[in-house]
Amino acid sequence: MEKDWQTLTATARQIRRDIVRMVGAAGSGHPGGSLSAVEIVTALYFKVMRLDPERPDWPERDRFVLSKGHAAPVLYAALAERGFFAVDKLDTLRQLGSPLQGHPDRKALPGVEVSTGSLGHGLAVANGMALAGRLDGRDYRVYVLLGDGELEEGMVWEGAMAAAHYRLDNLTAIVDHNHLQIDGRVEEVMSPEPVADKFRAFGWEVQTIDGHDFGQILDALERTREVKGKPTVIIAETIKGKGVSFMENQAGWHGKAPKPEEVEKALAELA
Amino acid sequence: MTKIATREAYGRALVELGRQNSQVVVLDADLSKSTMTHYFAREFPERFFNMGIAEQSLMATAAGLALSGKIPFASTFAVFAAGRAYDQVRNGIAYPKVNVKIAATHAGLTVGEDGASHQAVEDVTLMRAIPNMTVIVPADGEETRQAVFAAAAQQGPVYLRLGRPAVPVIYNGDYRFQIGRAHTLRQGKDAAVLACGVMVHEALRAAEELAAAGLDVMVVNMSTIKPLDREAVLAAAATGAVVTAEEHTVIGGLGSAVAEVLATTKPVPMAMIGIRDTFGESGKPDELMAKYGLTAADIVAAVKGLKGWVS
Repeated sequence: MEKDWQTLTATARQIRRDIVRMVGAAGSGHPGGSLSAVEIVTALYFKVMRLDPERPDWPERDRFVLSKGHAAPVLYAALAERGFFAVDKLDTLRQLGSPLQGHPDRKALPGVEVSTGSLGHGLAVANGMALAGRLDGRDYRVYVLLGDGELEEGMVWEGAMAAAHYRLDNLTAIVDHNHLQIDGRVEEVMSPEPVADKFRAFGWEVQTIDGHDFGQILDALERTREVKGKPTVIIAETIKGKGVSFMENQAGWHGKAPKPEEVEKALAELA
Repeated sequence: MTKIATREAYGRALVELGRQNSQVVVLDADLSKSTMTHYFAREFPERFFNMGIAEQSLMATAAGLALSGKIPFASTFAVFAAGRAYDQVRNGIAYPKVNVKIAATHAGLTVGEDGASHQAVEDVTLMRAIPNMTVIVPADGEETRQAVFAAAAQQGPVYLRLGRPAVPVIYNGDYRFQIGRAHTLRQGKDAAVLACGVMVHEALRAAEELAAAGLDVMVVNMSTIKPLDREAVLAAAATGAVVTAEEHTVIGGLGSAVAEVLATTKPVPMAMIGIRDTFGESGKPDELMAKYGLTAADIVAAVKGLKGWVS
């Protein structure tokens, strides 16, 4: 297990380097909320999920829905490092004709399960995937990553109600609780707190963890498999911009690309 | 005269389709007894999902089912399907070209007594403007039945616009509906009426009245609004006078679609029968259709006007 963590930690560092480099090259994009989700996405794609990069439409695969679609760079980096496409394609992010659209486009890039970008959709889409899995008698699991600012969208709670109503224990939601959104602190802009109590009241199993600690992430994801009759949400406490000192906990890095000298500085920190 | 509501025909067709295709699933938002999806729910409870009064969740969950190989029909009233859940339809279904069939009932003024909040007068405009979306407005029960099967057979998003009241039967089982193909119900050389939905029957009545007055009028059922049958529009234009008729605002609906074709290819004098940039109100369907100018008499007057007949 310890060896796994070392490998995962190295992979996470590489994914962070990819994110910084591709957003820098694109000249626009969302580094902050990509960096906060690196350990979560790395754990899913490199340890937890049943996947085959050669068969992105394999019916038995686990599904990952990036509901916070602006964090596309972390998804693209994970897909590339996992072998869904060549890593050098990451440099085409946001360019005309690139399959790496500003927000994920499932038609353009195999491996992307759902086209997201308009916040709030992902949980309800994941519900549909979980219902289909149950209908077909398949044992795949569906994972959906939500932002904490995204919880302000009313539709998230329509989805939360439905997931509990239909007892979707093959569904796991993860909240990237980095406490920042475009206009400032989530608690100040429009507080969704208490997040854990809200999900519990909606009928969910709730776990709260350190979203940068692989041990806690893997344990939490393992425990969701044992929960029967209801969906699980993992509230992952994270730091926006994690891993790049000058981006950490700065709302300004939600949707701003680093300049070339900032890219160099960040890569030096992530060496 | 035999009558059946297009929503009733939809509900029955879903059951028939469900028996043939086990991948068909149906979702509703607490209106299954009105949209008539309750027939399907009764026969296939495991393939029916009531999402509650949550139309955004309805559309997105349908998308998730479709992304997993199902053929979902998502139903609610048109005003909620196209309005309340517009972003879910646009970004969650049409943009990723997901195989969801949106069957929206209670469209237009014929909702009646519920009034303007429930009368979708602009849904065709909204749906037609979205890339990848197919838009179908069936004229009667049989065409609805066939449109349901055609929608299921076609890969990609479809918006099916259905009505509340029973409407006259126009077609029997010999008719063959095809998506994107208009159907000429009556030939004529003096003018053409291009109609959809409940207005097709009004157009046929108008043509009879005009025949008695000495005008030979073509009637075409333009049940697929998108993709529009351009050849049918151009054939109609050969008469030299075109009237469109729809239970919908004239801004962006069938009339606009026909005008877009003719204005850029073969301009001919046109008139549009439809709702004039206004919301509806409570009333009986027939009263509303008369008040808002959606009757055979309005079509007759429009044709005569184009032909320079003073009435």
